[in-house]
Amino acid sequence: MDGFDFFRPTVLTVTALSSYLRELLETDEVLNDIWVKGEISNFSQPRSGHLYFTLKDSDAQIRCVMWKTAAMRLNFSPRDGQSVEVHGNMSFYPAGGLTQLYIDNMQPVGEGLLYQEFLRLKIKLEAEGLFDQARKRSLPAIPKHIGVISSATGAALQDILNTLNRRLPLAMVTVAPSQVQGLEAPASLCGALLALNQIEDLDLIILGRGGGSIEDLWAFNNETLARVIFSSRVPVISGVGHETDFTIADFVADLRAPTPTAAAELATPISINELYLSLQTARAVLDEVLTQAIATRSHQLEIKKLDLRRLSPLQRVNNAIQTLDVLRERLDRTIQNNLQQIRLQLQHLNSRLDSLSPVAVLRRGYAIITDAQTGQLISQVSQTNKNQAVQVRLLDGNVPARLHPSNQEKP
Amino acid sequence: MTDTLPSSYEAAFAALQEIVSRLENSELPLEESLKLYEEGKLLSDHCAKLLETAQLRVSTLHPSQPDLRAE
Repeated sequence: MDGFDFFRPTVLTVTALSSYLRELLETDEVLNDIWVKGEISNFSQPRSGHLYFTLKDSDAQIRCVMWKTAAMRLNFSPRDGQSVEVHGNMSFYPAGGLTQLYIDNMQPVGEGLLYQEFLRLKIKLEAEGLFDQARKRSLPAIPKHIGVISSATGAALQDILNTLNRRLPLAMVTVAPSQVQGLEAPASLCGALLALNQIEDLDLIILGRGGGSIEDLWAFNNETLARVIFSSRVPVISGVGHETDFTIADFVADLRAPTPTAAAELATPISINELYLSLQTARAVLDEVLTQAIATRSHQLEIKKLDLRRLSPLQRVNNAIQTLDVLRERLDRTIQNNLQQIRLQLQHLNSRLDSLSPVAVLRRGYAIITDAQTGQLISQVSQTNKNQAVQVRLLDGNVPARLHPSNQEKP
Repeated sequence: MTDTLPSSYEAAFAALQEIVSRLENSELPLEESLKLYEEGKLLSDHCAKLLETAQLRVSTLHPSQPDLRAE
């Protein structure tokens, strides 16, 4: 190679090659404005809202991007396995080394016509008032008898029955099996609806079908079915396909649920758990009311008992006894006081008497002399005579004596 | 009245509520209150039993019903 240096070809950087490729693709008149048909695989829609997937057929595949702004205009939800026709332009994504189709428009294959038909019917029935909110009937809070129209073999029926059994096992369910797909399906669905309408006590009808392509769900876009739903005596809840699928049946139904399971949930707004709660409350109130009634009466009884006690003659007798006791005590006390007073007076008199007694004089050594015959007290000389017999009274006794006056003198 | 308990939960529960409000709103003689209470107890036990034993009763229509496909 050394010898061919000056013939050396231009060496491009990867970036330069990528730019070249990109320019080439974007300036090509065919690749600029193409329709491509294929099946979606590896579909993903990250948070950004852009769509990324691969479009493929049996022999080839090509990377596709649809920016959020274009994706938002889609009237269906693309998904893996779906056949679509897309419109856009080819370009090269240098950072990923990917030749990609940048899509600005996409529609499901064969659906173009179906979709037109769907729109036509929708507009027509809407104009006739079949979708009017005003005619939608309210549903019972606790349905006793629920009709279910679904495929006898589908998962949707099991989902519906499981949900009903979980939420409101009190209910009775009548299943009207029906074809939900294919040419026979609309008539089969109408027959099931009419049959259920003949059950006198039916509260509502759930129309359910699991998810599928728009072709799979096509039976639910049938005009006759729409009219049978409209004229159904029994209110209808539709639960057809997935969250994003809308069918004519959904628009006519009294209530539209996103899925069969959700339809069974909406059919039973009050679950058995809530019934339990309200029953418990009622029981508590029942007990409370009786307890209250008894308490009120026992309170009234207490009051009457008090009244009775207050008004009893026994009380009056007891009161009288008490009064008597008090008086008795006062009497006793008064008597005691008086006696004491008398005793004190007596003592006082006694001591006064003592102080006046001649005995006290005798104790001091004086003697009392009385005439022995007359007993007269001799207190003066003039009362005395010679040889007069006297009694001399001393403290402890009398001494008889005779007076022998030698000389009478006055002191 | 208690001789025959209502077979449907709704009817039984409605009867229970009727009893509760009668007990609540009137000056009934005690004996009558007790009778009502007994009735209420029976009904509430009955309701609880209905809830506990509830099992979805499912029946299936067979295509002996009118067939629209002829239309």
